Amino acid sequence: MRRSANAAHLGVAHPEPMAQRLPLIASPSPQAGFPSPAADYVEETLDLNELMVRNPPATFFVRVRGESMVDAKVFEGDVLSVDRSIDPRPGHIVVASYSGDLYVKRLSRLAGGRLALVSENAALRDEYPILYLDQAEDCTLWGVVTGSVRRF
Amino acid sequence: MDKITPSSIDTDGLVTRSRPGPQTRFALVDVNNFYCSCEAVFDPRLAGKPLVVLSNNDGCVVARSAEAKAMGIKMGQPWHQVPRELKAQGLQALSSNYTLYADMSHRVMTILGGMAPRQEVYSIDECFLDFSGMGLITTSLRDHGLLIRNRIQQWTGLTVCVGVGSTKTRAKLANHIAKKNPQWAGSFDLESRSSDEQQHWLSSLDVGEVWGVGGRLTAQLKAMGIHTVQDLKDANPKRIRSHFSVVLERTVNELNGISCLDLEELSPKKQQILSSRSFGKQVTSEADLREAVLTYLARAAEKLRAQGSIAGMLQVGIRTNPFKPDTPQYHKALSCKLAEATDDTLVLGQYAVRMLRQLYREGFVYQKASIMLSDLSPRTERQITLFEDTAGREKRERLNATLDTINRRYGSRTLQTAGAGIHKTWSMKRGNLSAAYTTDWRSLPTVQ
Repeated sequence: MRRSANAAHLGVAHPEPMAQRLPLIASPSPQAGFPSPAADYVEETLDLNELMVRNPPATFFVRVRGESMVDAKVFEGDVLSVDRSIDPRPGHIVVASYSGDLYVKRLSRLAGGRLALVSENAALRDEYPILYLDQAEDCTLWGVVTGSVRRF
Repeated sequence: MDKITPSSIDTDGLVTRSRPGPQTRFALVDVNNFYCSCEAVFDPRLAGKPLVVLSNNDGCVVARSAEAKAMGIKMGQPWHQVPRELKAQGLQALSSNYTLYADMSHRVMTILGGMAPRQEVYSIDECFLDFSGMGLITTSLRDHGLLIRNRIQQWTGLTVCVGVGSTKTRAKLANHIAKKNPQWAGSFDLESRSSDEQQHWLSSLDVGEVWGVGGRLTAQLKAMGIHTVQDLKDANPKRIRSHFSVVLERTVNELNGISCLDLEELSPKKQQILSSRSFGKQVTSEADLREAVLTYLARAAEKLRAQGSIAGMLQVGIRTNPFKPDTPQYHKALSCKLAEATDDTLVLGQYAVRMLRQLYREGFVYQKASIMLSDLSPRTERQITLFEDTAGREKRERLNATLDTINRRYGSRTLQTAGAGIHKTWSMKRGNLSAAYTTDWRSLPTVQ
């Protein structure tokens, strides 16, 4: 994900940031000696970025601390991809800044139409109170969680 | 307002380059309080607070949040001169986190690149867009500016202002108006206003606001009775040329909508590469100096290879702190023509160490070292010498390429020559550096 720091003087606009990939080999190339039987099948290497990141300039990664979302399969230490270009809607798992802290929670519309950030851990329900958006001094929906990476 | 999407604009590199004409429209887009805003994206506690970012070695203020500006903190003000009361009132200072700013800049520029046919990245937080030929699209350019602003805000958390004008100079002024007048919500198209209204805005701006008109020039212009931007616009270009320069004449033309400054094409390769830093602590020994010189040299050689050049000339300089006149002063630089132009860190390092040996004098407290590579030429035009060890050279090239690859992938200075030192006791003071939130897996923001 490291990108060139200096994008100065691009001249012509780049519609897409350039991802580092190996070349696409779709047709057999001229060769000497014994032809590789696999050459015709080499198409593309798999890139995890492609799976995780739809919109690179708007995608950030965060790391999960705590157990508040284990019922949503979000565990301590997981790396989440967060896409800021998606408009957050109720039902989305979001990252939000709430009174100065960053949280990962389910954005939910509760009874009476109130929007809230809700934890998902049935076993420890009391430890993670509901955060009502209309009660925060300062709440910003930071981005929508689009994926999770966990290493074992 | 959503009519324009990146895909509806021809972003092909073959866009016809029409000469500036009546349809020419530039936008200047810049990020508000860029460094401070980057910090607040990842640490929401900083949002809306007085915050400054300090220069290398935590010396001077190089960026201020709106709240810090309101406290009266000046750009370039030494941090130790900032009154204690302000710190007690909650003014916070962070060290420059250029890794973070570069990544955020790249994101902003990538997004902007998708929103105009042509783009010139002007600095880390400023960009010119060329909207020429977008007149056919059914939305106004001011609305397109608002779309740009909204998108950058949502996708990156940063706020930009957009100014549109028929020339780069007018776009820059429009940006200034957008920034200072909340009624435009951060996007202003000077050309969409009536000529009376344009005159009103340009008359309200001090002539010093014009791009390229510095303090001394402002004073001279005012002595001639040219006080506002409108005054300069109305001045006789020929008279301006005879009094000042052809550059300022061009500015007068630009103010009148005659575009003289096109988007810069690809920047020419650097003709010299400089790498110099102040030390974070007192350096007296030749060994410490050598580490610093070799570290800066490695960085310069990396830049050299990145632009595909080789250097024919190397300069090494060291100096004590000129701002401590009561301590013994020494400064000296040596230049050396290389036997053979090269981009090899190890070869350059051997020269640098030899030169440092000649430069070094005992008994001084050194504050800074510098490396300059010059006499640059393209690597492809390298002279082949008669007794060249081709195999050895290729091995070296592979070694240097590997060095660059590893340092690009795992962070600069992951791999370095032993002479550059491990502990680097002389390296910069960065007492309050935020994390590399976007570029280091170990430094990601945490969410709970």
